[in-house]
Amino acid sequence: MKIDKDLILKLEHLSKLQLTEEERKNMIGDLNNILKMVDKLNEIDTEGVEPLTYMTEAVNVFREDEIKNQLSREEALKNAPKTDGKFFQVPKVIKK
Amino acid sequence: MNCQTLKEIQSGLLTSKMTAEQLVAQYLKEISNTEELNIYVQVFEEEAIEKAKALDEKIKSQPNNLGKLFGAVVSIKDVICIQGKPVTAGSKILEGFESLYAATAIERLEKEDAIIIGTVNCDEFGMGSSNENSIYGATKNPIDPSKIPGGSSGASAASVAAGTCLISLGSDTGGSVRQPAAFCGVVGMKPTYGRVSRHGLLAYASSFDQIGILSKSVEAVAATLEVIAGADEFDSTVSTLPVPDFSKTEPSDKKYKVAYFKNALKHKGIQPAIKSSIDSVLEKLKIDDHSVEGIDFSLMDFVIPTYYVLTTAEASTNLSRYDGIRYGHRSSEAKTLEEVYKKSRTEGFGTEVKRRIILGTFVLSSGYYDAYFSKAQKLRRLISEEIESIFEKYDFIIMPTTPDFPWNIGEKMDDPVSVYLSDIFTVLANLAGIPAISIPIKSEGELPIGIQVMASKFKEKELMDFSEIIIKKDLNEQS
Repeated sequence: MKIDKDLILKLEHLSKLQLTEEERKNMIGDLNNILKMVDKLNEIDTEGVEPLTYMTEAVNVFREDEIKNQLSREEALKNAPKTDGKFFQVPKVIKK
Repeated sequence: MNCQTLKEIQSGLLTSKMTAEQLVAQYLKEISNTEELNIYVQVFEEEAIEKAKALDEKIKSQPNNLGKLFGAVVSIKDVICIQGKPVTAGSKILEGFESLYAATAIERLEKEDAIIIGTVNCDEFGMGSSNENSIYGATKNPIDPSKIPGGSSGASAASVAAGTCLISLGSDTGGSVRQPAAFCGVVGMKPTYGRVSRHGLLAYASSFDQIGILSKSVEAVAATLEVIAGADEFDSTVSTLPVPDFSKTEPSDKKYKVAYFKNALKHKGIQPAIKSSIDSVLEKLKIDDHSVEGIDFSLMDFVIPTYYVLTTAEASTNLSRYDGIRYGHRSSEAKTLEEVYKKSRTEGFGTEVKRRIILGTFVLSSGYYDAYFSKAQKLRRLISEEIESIFEKYDFIIMPTTPDFPWNIGEKMDDPVSVYLSDIFTVLANLAGIPAISIPIKSEGELPIGIQVMASKFKEKELMDFSEIIIKKDLNEQS
């Protein structure tokens, strides 16, 4: 597997990041080196092995459906970079 | 007043040999004496003094009602939330962020009368092995300031080694508590996955992350674990198993069955001085009638690739929450919603974090998911199963904590693969979810060496009892 400029542009878009031309060049080199290391995984036959997804044996940890630990609106907006005091604000999304 | 254990401090306070206020003043003085090491992000000077005064009052008025950690002064890695305080994970993306709540671990520490003295530097979001990837700049190793302290909890280890606090809370996703502990000559422990609540710990890779503890003594680590461990309604991955009396840790007369990995000690990157220190501990254990056997771990060469595929995948998902809208940095250049996301994240994250987000996005993306992500999850099962089968025959596995000594600041900034490979001995415990500890052992040179001991899941008590045996044996030889 080789990462090229087209793929890195797609990954930047998916990651919501924008690299400079210089950074992109370095990133392609770094990722290809990392993938060379990672390709080692193909040496092991994993036919029939279930992927390990959860690290605990607990299943269905239930709790009562009660309203608690709420933040007030004021608290929730406290760290927002832009707000009108009631809502988070972002640039206009719908045209017209 | 150069107390290294919690018991010494507590008995000093109870017998009025010192006051908590004097103790805190002493640590604050050390913090200012070691400012050039760049350990602390924030120092809670006034609050710590106030709390110390209140504790002195309590020692006088209610000596039978003192918390388990009274007299313990603690530093906190800048990834664990303290109510009303900034937490930034060493990242520009969280500039100005103040936590609305306290992490469960913090709440439990304070309830048992521990005093939090400040927050300490780290690699951005815990991603790094050198504490150089931080907006606050590199932290220096107190033993040799030209060297890195390790990472990502590098400043946690440095804060303990420099005598600025008794205990530090760090976080360990692939060795981030144990490797800096080894590099700074202190004890560092990563508990079993699910032993300590992750509520209030900024997420990096959620199926790997655990809060870990650093101090100069196993005793202080054990006392802290007893307080912060156990079920939590805010984190359903925490085990409901009862928490043992960890603070009753002691070097017992029990004889244990110990395995070491022959292929780890023969690893080509390992420093001969580190190998010989580990060999010498193994010899001493044999002489002491513990059974010590060399075995081969067949999947050794696969732990690093498996680890990096899975953690970067989880990181790319976890870090998608930093969108420049609800909290943290927002680019002043952004004119559209898409630009708010892209420019804020691009300006806010450092190079290593971007590298891991992009790699994680790649291994999760359509067309590559099965070949990389799913494949690594299967390897993780095989690795966990092989480890579990070893613990059917042995009580502990011993390895070096690191193959190398701390490197020079700036030395490996352009070589991520070589830094990733330096985690070879520590990531195993996070892949398998088992507890592991790094203990400083005798080193011929000036730089410290850590020995790593791993145990089966939820066997922290046995792990710490055995750690005390190793320390006792290792020291005895010296005298």
